[in-house]
Amino acid sequence: MRVHVDPSKCQGHNRCYALAPELFDVDDLGNAFELNDGVVPAALEDKARLALANCPEFAITIEE
Amino acid sequence: MTDTVYGPVTDWATDFDHGAPEYNNNIHQIWDDLKAAGCPIAHTERYGGVWLPLTHDLVKEIAYDPTHFSSLTPVVQQLKPSEVLKEDPEALGAPIGPVPPISSDPPFHADARRILLPAFSPKMIDPWRTEVEEICNKLIDDMGDVNMIDAAVQYTQHIPVLVVAQMVGLPLADADRFRGWVDMVLGGIGAERTEERMAQFIAMDEYLTKHIEDHIENPRDDLTTYLLNSEIFGEKLSPRHVFGTILLLIIAGIDTTWSGIGSSLWHLASNAVDRRRLVENPQMIPAAVEEFLRAYAPVTMARMVTEDMEFHGVQMKKEDRVLLPFPAANRDENQFANPAEVVIDREENRHAAFGLGIHRCIGSNLARLEMNVAIEVFLKRFPDFELDTTEQVTWSTGQVRGPRNLPFRINARA
Repeated sequence: MRVHVDPSKCQGHNRCYALAPELFDVDDLGNAFELNDGVVPAALEDKARLALANCPEFAITIEE
Repeated sequence: MTDTVYGPVTDWATDFDHGAPEYNNNIHQIWDDLKAAGCPIAHTERYGGVWLPLTHDLVKEIAYDPTHFSSLTPVVQQLKPSEVLKEDPEALGAPIGPVPPISSDPPFHADARRILLPAFSPKMIDPWRTEVEEICNKLIDDMGDVNMIDAAVQYTQHIPVLVVAQMVGLPLADADRFRGWVDMVLGGIGAERTEERMAQFIAMDEYLTKHIEDHIENPRDDLTTYLLNSEIFGEKLSPRHVFGTILLLIIAGIDTTWSGIGSSLWHLASNAVDRRRLVENPQMIPAAVEEFLRAYAPVTMARMVTEDMEFHGVQMKKEDRVLLPFPAANRDENQFANPAEVVIDREENRHAAFGLGIHRCIGSNLARLEMNVAIEVFLKRFPDFELDTTEQVTWSTGQVRGPRNLPFRINARA
């Protein structure tokens, strides 16, 4: 599984970073980006889906 | 219950009044009735002409379209922007607006916002946790050993103002005055524009101007000095810009979070099952906070129509205002399962309590921190409390909705 934050959609709500800090980080402006090229370890797949389901701007996509 | 200057509402679809106490008191019923009557966009001639879209799709479309919907007037009060400029020719017009960056439009908006963003990023806000915990615990200590408290007056209303005052560098002793101004600006939108009210606005202007002048002479390690040293397009921010941003931080940072904490505690005082679950499982509080934000989102924003146009079947006119009721978007059944139900462990929750698009609430990380800590501390100190139903709970008026009194009976303390 791979996860991606579309920087043109992200507005810095920080939901993904709060829910899955293993998969996402935020820059100095508070905008999110994926860690480790978006590669999601099997144990964290639920967390990736949770982050996607809580992004108000629909900025997160998941490739399975 | 008092009417606004426009008198009693005759019909919520064609004559609504978002400044009337009745609106916030019955807000969910009013929206449900409008939607059931097939009215996704309500209208009123009050306040110079305002539209009220009610679905998530419509709210999102407007929030994502700053070209047709300007942010110039985040609060829909009686004067239209052109009338404000007539009264005060020095007022900042588009694209900056009176309180940048919330009142700003692209492309100016992004640059004005970029100045503030780093100060409110999660990594800058997280360290405030200890301070907020201390504020909350002290407020509870100060209540003494009584069984009846007003959690709004003795708790929720103090928390955000003490944090904002410290960030901006304002004297904490003046907290009551700031709250008074916030109520005047946000709660009094439908009140008569008496000389007394205008005098209060002037007093607020003078106070903040003095505060800024003092920071010019005596720079400090706070947001006011930071703003005074900030530049936009290679030039220092204008004094009017700094003034507007400070005013914004006070207005937007106080009433909103106070309302969010208050609605959450109101829910927990009225729902013993949810309260017990959170007392026994404090690790559930962050998700519950998100659900409280969805179900009781305090803030409705507004836009101004930039040119005559048709929008989903209605004819909008230039300078009409459009309310952006994020709380209504949060109750759209096309976006949320069982939206009227408060599900404190809701897993899928794309709520729009902090807005959508480029104007996402800049203080959202701080608001979330304050809400989480305020609820955490309250439940820890008062594991059992309930609403005293013999007393009426009053909700604020205007575009920020929250309880102004919370009569609680304390049944257990720790």
